[in-house]
Amino acid sequence: MDRNELAHALMAKQGDVTRALRSASVTICGLGGLGSNVAMMLARSGVEHMRLIDSDIVDISNLHRQAYKASQIGMPKTAALRANISEVAPFAEVELYMARITRANVADLLQDTEMDTDIVVECLDGPEDKAMLCNFVLENTRAFLVAASGMAGDGSPNTIQTRKITDRFYLCGDGETDVQGTVLWGPRVMACAAHEAMAVMQILAGRN
Amino acid sequence: MVKINGEMKDCAGETLAAFLGDNRYSCARVAVEINGDIVPKAKYNETVFQDGDSVEIVAFVGGG
Repeated sequence: MDRNELAHALMAKQGDVTRALRSASVTICGLGGLGSNVAMMLARSGVEHMRLIDSDIVDISNLHRQAYKASQIGMPKTAALRANISEVAPFAEVELYMARITRANVADLLQDTEMDTDIVVECLDGPEDKAMLCNFVLENTRAFLVAASGMAGDGSPNTIQTRKITDRFYLCGDGETDVQGTVLWGPRVMACAAHEAMAVMQILAGRN
Repeated sequence: MVKINGEMKDCAGETLAAFLGDNRYSCARVAVEINGDIVPKAKYNETVFQDGDSVEIVAFVGGG
């Protein structure tokens, strides 16, 4: 398989958005249940320039909902995810930052790079971290922002939605089911990840 | 009247910071847009709701 063969195959199934996906740069912040699945979906769909940011290592408790393998337990999520992406999207260029995103480093992580990010995907865990990242992106960059709030629990996935908050801010999730005090069901988290990946594709298709 | 998260509220003249405090929002967990523009965190104290404003307060919950 060469690069053009793969591009043609994607084009045949997905249509014109494939071109936009190939030339886009997407930054994924957090590589847990949301981020690891968003990255895999976007890589499969043909996004060739991705920046992945996370400070964690793969844990046994991640396997039920995150895009890692048992053999990767103990590896940094960044390196493990790049390896998994390369198996389904061998032409993707994936830049890794093993760091926890904080107020002090967010500017460097998002801006100090050769890659000019079109879309930031917020896939963090803590509500303060989510709000900090979203406010930073909306206040200081011109990138589109796709964020998530409310994907825990065992409730119906039909309550997970994508809402357009501003011209460049999309929010996925049910808006209320906090991870504190409830269970985490993999398919529900993955449904929210799918909403985030779809939002990225629709933005790139110009259908926002 | 001010439309906040889809509901009409009688809070024109109130500051965003006061509204968030009175309604038990955690400032560190929200992003707020007014009439389509994000409100910078540093301006919550000086942002006053105007009659006819449309406000969306996104209050993040944990999980990712």
